[in-house]
Amino acid sequence: MVPIRSVPIEPGSLTYHDLPWIIEHREDRCTLCGQCTSVCPKECLHLTYRRQRLPNLEVLSSKRGSEYRTFVGIRQRTDMVHSCIGCGMCAMVCPNEAISPVPNTVENRTLFLNNQKGEAYKRGGRRNTTGASLLDRIMFDRISMLTDPALDAGRHEFTLSTTIGRILSPEEYLKRIQQGGWIPPTREVFPFVIGSMSFGALSPNMWLGLLQGVAYCNEVLGIPVVMCTGEGGCPPWVLKSPYLKYIILQIASGYFGWDEIIRAIPDMQCDPAAIEIKYGQGAKPGDGGLLMWYKVSKLISRLRGVPEGVDLPSPPVHQTLYSIEESVMKMIQTLSMAFDHKVPVYPKISASTSAKSVLNNLVRNPYAGGLLIDGIDGGTGAAYNVSMDATGHPVASNVRECYLDLAAQGMQNEVPIYAAGGVGKNGNVAQNGMALIMLGASAVHIGKYIMQASAGCLGNEQNRCNVCNVGICPKGITSQNPKLYRRLDPDKVAERVAETFMAIQTDVKKIMAPLGRSQSLPVGMSDAIGINDKDAADRLQIKYVC
Amino acid sequence: MCRLALKTANDPFSPYEVLEAMEAMKEGYDGSGLGLLLRGMEFEDFKYNPRFPILSGIAESKKAWKRLDRFMEDRGYELKYDHKFHTDRSHMDGKDRYRYFLRAYRMPEEFQGKPMGDKDKEDELMETRLALRQDGEKHGGDLSVFSFWPDVAMIKEVGWPLQVGNLLSLHDGQIKSRVCMAQGRQNTNYGINLYACHPFFVQGISTMTNGENTAFVPIRDWLLGQPFKGYMGYQSDSEVFTHILHYTLKQLNLPLQAYKHIITPLSLKELDAHPQGDFLKGLRNVCKRLIIDGPNAVIGTLPDETCLLVMDQKKLRPATVGGRQGAWAIASEMCGVDAMIPDRDPSLDFQPMREHTVIIPPARKELEIWSQYDQFPLSLAA
Repeated sequence: MVPIRSVPIEPGSLTYHDLPWIIEHREDRCTLCGQCTSVCPKECLHLTYRRQRLPNLEVLSSKRGSEYRTFVGIRQRTDMVHSCIGCGMCAMVCPNEAISPVPNTVENRTLFLNNQKGEAYKRGGRRNTTGASLLDRIMFDRISMLTDPALDAGRHEFTLSTTIGRILSPEEYLKRIQQGGWIPPTREVFPFVIGSMSFGALSPNMWLGLLQGVAYCNEVLGIPVVMCTGEGGCPPWVLKSPYLKYIILQIASGYFGWDEIIRAIPDMQCDPAAIEIKYGQGAKPGDGGLLMWYKVSKLISRLRGVPEGVDLPSPPVHQTLYSIEESVMKMIQTLSMAFDHKVPVYPKISASTSAKSVLNNLVRNPYAGGLLIDGIDGGTGAAYNVSMDATGHPVASNVRECYLDLAAQGMQNEVPIYAAGGVGKNGNVAQNGMALIMLGASAVHIGKYIMQASAGCLGNEQNRCNVCNVGICPKGITSQNPKLYRRLDPDKVAERVAETFMAIQTDVKKIMAPLGRSQSLPVGMSDAIGINDKDAADRLQIKYVC
Repeated sequence: MCRLALKTANDPFSPYEVLEAMEAMKEGYDGSGLGLLLRGMEFEDFKYNPRFPILSGIAESKKAWKRLDRFMEDRGYELKYDHKFHTDRSHMDGKDRYRYFLRAYRMPEEFQGKPMGDKDKEDELMETRLALRQDGEKHGGDLSVFSFWPDVAMIKEVGWPLQVGNLLSLHDGQIKSRVCMAQGRQNTNYGINLYACHPFFVQGISTMTNGENTAFVPIRDWLLGQPFKGYMGYQSDSEVFTHILHYTLKQLNLPLQAYKHIITPLSLKELDAHPQGDFLKGLRNVCKRLIIDGPNAVIGTLPDETCLLVMDQKKLRPATVGGRQGAWAIASEMCGVDAMIPDRDPSLDFQPMREHTVIIPPARKELEIWSQYDQFPLSLAA
C-alpha cells in the first residue's frame, strides 16, 4: 500500500463522478480552439497535458512493451469553486460538438460540501422539484357542446384584460358617484404580468430588453402588458419617461432606489401602473431580498444609494412594521397618498397559512388594491437553498382558499388576488396561469418563465446553472459584469418578449373559446377545471376527473 | 336550445295561446320542462283584486297540502281564493301530483296598509315563499313554490307544453292574463328539476332564457355571497339573469337600461367614445363579476307589466319581437310571433342586435328600442 500521506486527497476532495455534472469530452472531435474554456462561467474546464499508453501488439515480433504519446486534453476541475453547473455553454459554443455536460445520475456529493468556509449554500433559481406540477395537471374540462357552441379563438373578439386595483361594491360605487367620493384607481392590464425582478438582479441589457418588449406589446400589439421593477428602484430616465405607465414600482424592506423614485415624482410624465409593497416572496418566505456583493456594481450602487461591492441583504420585515395593522395604516395609505391616490397599491406576500388573515385585513383597508400571493415554486436571484427548497406554501390552495373566503363574503375580486410562483415552470405558462385564474386569481405574475422564454435563461429544476446570485450568468441575464451582459442583445430580448406575449394571448383564447368564454376573464370559473387527483380536487373544491 | 314565447296584450288572454305558439316552435325543446308566468290576472269564477298576493306551486301529497295551509294561517295570511285547475290526469305521464295550486291571500294585518314597493312587504312575501320552499325541500321535495306575489301566477311542470296545458285544462278560459311568458326547456347541463324550469322569479321580477350562461359559476358564487336571501336556488344557470335584473333595479336602483350595461358592457374602446363613458367604465368595473357569457336571449317582465328582451354580446341566439298597438309578442322563433299575433305587419318585426334592449312599456302602444350606444338615462352618470 502507498502511504496515505503521499496521495493528495483531503476530506473535501472530489472526483468528477462525485459532481452533479460530468463533462463529456470527445478527443477525436476537439480542435483545441479553446472556446469552451473561455466561455465557461465557472472556469471549470482546463487544458492539461495527458499521456496515453499505446501497447505494442506485434504478435510475431519479439518486441514487447508499450509506447506512449502526449496530448493536450480538456478536463473538468473537481473542486467546489470550479465544479460544473451544467449550463452547457461549452456545448453551445463548440464548433465541433466535442463537449457537453451530462447530469450525473449516480450521486451528487457536492451536497455535503456546498457549505465551504462556513457559508450555507446560496443560489438562484427555483425550488428543485421536477416532474409535472399540480398546475400542469389541471384540465379544462367543461367544453361547450351542442347548445352553447364553442367559440372561435381565431375570429371572435375576446376581452382578456384584468383589473389591478381595488374594486368597489356596485352599491358603494354609485354612492360615491352621487356624493362625489374617491373612486379607487384601477388599471386594465393583461393578466400575465412580468413579475418583480430588480434592476440589480437583472443586468441592464436584460432590463432594457424587457422594457422595450413591454412597450412594444402595449403600443404596437395592443396587449397591455405591465412589468414590476422588483426592489432595486428604477432608472431615472424610465421614471421620467412615458413608459412608466407600464411599470409597477416595488418597494421592499430595503427601500432601495426609493430616494430616486420620490425625487422623480414631480417630473413624472405619467403615473406608474401600480405600487407593489413586498412583504414576502415565495422563494424565500420570511426572508428579505438579497443582492450579493458580486453584483453591486458602480451602476447598481448609484441607483440604490449604497457603496459598491457589498452584500445587500434586505431585512425580513419592514422596519416600520410592528403589526399588519401598522402596515395597513402606514405603508399602503402613505404610498397611495404619495401618488395622489391615483395609483393602485397592493402588497405581495409569500403563500402561507396566514394569507387569509392578511387578506381579511386588506378587505377592511380602503386603500389596498389587491393581494399578490407568491407560492413556494417562485424563483429568485439569490436565496439560501434551504429557504428555496423547504420553506413556503404552494400557491394553488392558498389562492383558492382566499378566493372562496372572499366569495363567502360576496366580495370576490373586490380585493383582486394575484398569484405567482411556478407559473410556466415546465413551459405550460398559459395553461398554468389560466388554471390559477379559474381557481380565483385575477392575474398571475411570471418571472423565471419570462427569463427562460425571452432571454434563454438556462436554469432549471435539476439545479442546472442557478448561479444568478454570484453574477456569472453565462447568458448575461443576471450579471452586472459588462463582459457577460454584452452577450445579451436587448433588441432580441424585446423581440422574444413580444413573441412570448403574442403566443400567450393566443393560448389564452384557445383555452377560453372551448369553454364558451369571451366576454371576461374566467376568474373563479371553477366548474371548468378538473384534476385526476382526488385529494387535490377536494382541497381545491374542483372536480375529480379520471 | 330552449324555446321562448311571451305575449303581452291590453285584453287578457288564455295562456293556451302562448302554449300553441310553443307548439309552433317545437323542434327546439325536449319536454324536460315547461314554465309559465302569468301577470295581470283574471279568473273566471272570482273577481280578483290585484292587491292579493297569489301563491303558485305544487303539493305532492295531502300532508304537504295541509302543512302549507297551516303554515300560511300561522303566518297570518287569510285565504281569499283557491283556484282549482280542472286536471285531466290522463296527461300526467306517470307523475302523481296531488295538487297544482294558485291561491290568493289577504296579507297579515301589519302589511295591509303598506303599498307595494314597500321593502318590508316585499321581503315578507319573498321570505314566505322561501320558507315554504325550504319546508318542501326538508320533506323530500313534497312541496314546490314558484312565486308569491300580487297579480302573478306561475306553473311549472316537466313535460311538453300542450301536454301540460291539457293536463291543467288551460284552454278552458278559467284563467287569463295580460302578460304570459312560457319556456320549453331543452335540458343541457343541469338536472331535470321543477325549480330548473324557466321563467325564474324574485320579488315580482321574472326572466327566461334560451341559452347557456358559461359564466354561471362565478356569478352564482358572487350572488350567493350577497346578504339578500332571495339570491338562491340556481338549479339552472339562467336563474342568475333574473337575479342580476333584480339586483340592478332593486338593489342598485338603476333604470332598466343599466341591465344591458351590466350583463354585456361595451368594450373599453367603445366606452371611450360614449357620452357617459367614464361612469359606464366605472360601472363595468364594479359589476365585472356579473358579466354574462355564452349564447343567450333573455326575455323578462317587471311588476308594472313592462316586458323586455336583450341578447348576449355575440348574439348567438335568435329572438324576434313583433305586434301592433295593444298586443305584442316576443319569441325565440319568428313562427312563434306569428302564432301569437297573426294580425300584425310582419315587416315591422324587429330582431335586436347585441347592443339593444327592447322594451314594451305597460301602455303597449309602441316598442322602445334602446341601444347601449345611446345616452344613458340617469342624471348621476352625466
